[in-house]
Amino acid sequence: MINSKIFLTGLKSLKGSRSPAIPLAACFVALGALLKDAGFNLQQSAASSLFTYALPGQLVMAESLLVGASIINIFLAVWLVNFRLYPMTVSLFPLLEHKSQPKWKYYLSCHFLAVSSWLIAKDSYKKINKRHRIDFWIGIGIGTWSTAILMTIIGYLSADYLNKDMLVGLAIVNPVYFFCMMIGAMKNLSVCISVILGTILGPVIYLISAEWALLFAGLIAGTVAFLLGSKNDE
Amino acid sequence: MSSHFIILAIIATSLATFISRFMGAITSEKVSVKSKIFKWFNCVAYSTLAALLGRMIVFPAGVLAESEIITRVLILVVCIFIFLSTKKNLVLPTIISAILLTVLNNI
Repeated sequence: MINSKIFLTGLKSLKGSRSPAIPLAACFVALGALLKDAGFNLQQSAASSLFTYALPGQLVMAESLLVGASIINIFLAVWLVNFRLYPMTVSLFPLLEHKSQPKWKYYLSCHFLAVSSWLIAKDSYKKINKRHRIDFWIGIGIGTWSTAILMTIIGYLSADYLNKDMLVGLAIVNPVYFFCMMIGAMKNLSVCISVILGTILGPVIYLISAEWALLFAGLIAGTVAFLLGSKNDE
Repeated sequence: MSSHFIILAIIATSLATFISRFMGAITSEKVSVKSKIFKWFNCVAYSTLAALLGRMIVFPAGVLAESEIITRVLILVVCIFIFLSTKKNLVLPTIISAILLTVLNNI
């Protein structure tokens, strides 16, 4: 059903000098502490990472709860901030397709899609035979997902020992890691333009509309990069 | 805050997140790797991610807002330099970033 050797290759991406375990630990420990602050109990905190597993959305949820937002508002705010997962899935899953593989693997394993797992898969899918790429992805996904859940629990339990300075220090780890990974992925012109223009437009459009900034910045920067890059990369 | 409301919030957040992933998996069935639309999605994915990260550095939410923007940008530049000069080691720049911010934020 699942090729265990390939699955383990995916799981092992948690090790080594490119490991996502440290940034995942940093941000989910901080999240665990934040959720405790927001009035969650341990089971609820773990369930949040188990079922949502997307940090920016979970942050939005916690902050919305603290200011007393309604469920509908929370739903919309989370949807807007996590909509990035849609283009991310479409830019990864076709690379993992194989006729011999059952569809349920794709439908279930899309839950593992997050920035860390996506960047790892995009960086290393070529090393794996097309037929087994989905098993490789499931390995990466189980590894990053379970790390996130475990670290949320640790963060919740150690919340009383974490002071503000430590939490601020932990918060920078995530953007630094992802920026480095994206710079590592800048191998052709269209990705270079996407990353540079997106980085600029994200904060600029945020000044005009906080909610829609990501969607618009992504669409504009991505389309410009596609148009300019496709002539050059061919 | 009531426990029921928290559970509802977790369900709403999880659904709002899973919709995008699942729609992505469905769309992917019709998208060929060699098509132009795939390349466009690839560009949009990278730029949306970059926009999110740019926003996290310039207009951070939560505790990160308690540091100066110049400090955050400086640390980012230093860490990218470390990443590029250590054959793309990711563990080193991430650990250094946390230590640097904790130290610089207390000066």
